[in-house]
Amino acid sequence: MLNNEAILNRINENYGSEVVSSEENFGILILEIKSEKIHEIISWLNRDEILACSFLTLLGGVHYPDDKGRELAVVYHLHSWTNNFRLRLKVFLHAENPSIRSIVDIYNGANWMERETYDFFGINFEGHPDLRRILNMDSMDYFPMRKEHVLEDATREDKDDRFFGR
Amino acid sequence: MGKIEDLEVINGEGYQLTTLDKAIGLARANSVWPLPFATSCCGIEFMATMGSAYDLSRFGMERLSFSPRQADLLIVAGTISKKLGPVLKQVYEQMSEPKWVLSVGACASSGGIFDTYSVLQGIDRIIPVDVYVPGCPPRPEQIIDGVMNIHKLVKHESSRRRYSEEYQHLLSNYGIETKETDDAK
Repeated sequence: MLNNEAILNRINENYGSEVVSSEENFGILILEIKSEKIHEIISWLNRDEILACSFLTLLGGVHYPDDKGRELAVVYHLHSWTNNFRLRLKVFLHAENPSIRSIVDIYNGANWMERETYDFFGINFEGHPDLRRILNMDSMDYFPMRKEHVLEDATREDKDDRFFGR
Repeated sequence: MGKIEDLEVINGEGYQLTTLDKAIGLARANSVWPLPFATSCCGIEFMATMGSAYDLSRFGMERLSFSPRQADLLIVAGTISKKLGPVLKQVYEQMSEPKWVLSVGACASSGGIFDTYSVLQGIDRIIPVDVYVPGCPPRPEQIIDGVMNIHKLVKHESSRRRYSEEYQHLLSNYGIETKETDDAK
C-alpha cells in the first residue's frame, strides 16, 4: 500500500522539475503540473508499474477570474485500482486562447469529459477527435460557466427581479 | 333519455336534437388520447394521476398514446431545456389536428425556479398552450382540474375553429406551417 509521501517521491524522482507545487487535502495528494507536460505525466502515471493510475475518475474545468494569467484550471482526478489511491492533478491556463493537449489517446473516457469542459469553459483540447458542444445547444455563442456571464436567462420577460431577490 | 351534461338539446317524443359540432365535441372530450411528455417530478405526479387512486381512465383517458400521430392532447410535465425545445416542437408538429396542449407545473409554464441559461422559460415560447396547471409540482387533483378545463375547451370548440384565420395566425406566430386540407377549402 502506497502512502502519499511515497507517491510524491516516485513522481518527483521522474518528473520533479514539472511539478509546480504539491499539497494534501482530504487525504488526497494534489499536484500542480506545468501545462505543456500534463500529457506526458498522465501517460507515464498510466503506464508506470508502481503507481498504475489506470482509471480517470473525472476531468473538469474551473474559472478563477481574479487570478491573472492563470484564470482557467483543468483538473484531473486519477484513481489507481491496483494500489487504491487517488491523485488530483491541476493545470492552469491563460484565459486568452486556453489550449491543452487532449488525453483521449490515454483514457477513452476523457472524450466526453473534454467535450463538456470545452462546452462550459471554452478550453481547447488539442488532438481531441471530435471537439464540439455536448450538453448545451449547438447554437450557443458563449461559454456559460465563465464567470463574466450571468447565470440567469437573458431572454426572460415574465419574471420581475423584485420578486426573485435581485 | 339521460341528461347530456353541458349540451344544448331539444328533447321531443322519442328524439333528441343538437348540433353536429356539439355532438362531435362531446365524443372528442370523452375519448381524449393524451401523450405524456414527462421530463421530471411533474411527470411523477402525472403517473399518480394515471394510477388507480386518481384514475385518469374515469375521463376516457386510460389509453395513453406514446405516438404523437395518434394523440389529441400533449401533456408537457417538467423542465424543458433549450436543447430539448426543438424535439418538443417536432412532437407537437407530428400530432394531427385537432390537438390541445396542457402545460403541467411551473417549469413547463414559465421555467419555474430554473431561471438559467440552459432552460426554456416556458413552453409557450415554442408551441401554443391551451391550459396551464400551476404548482411545483402540482398535485394530481390539480392536473385533473387542468384536464377538466381541456375537456371544456374540447366540448365547446367549433369543429371549424382549426381552419380559422386566427388559428392559422397563432400557429404562424410560432413558425409552424399549417397545411390546408381539402375540406377546409
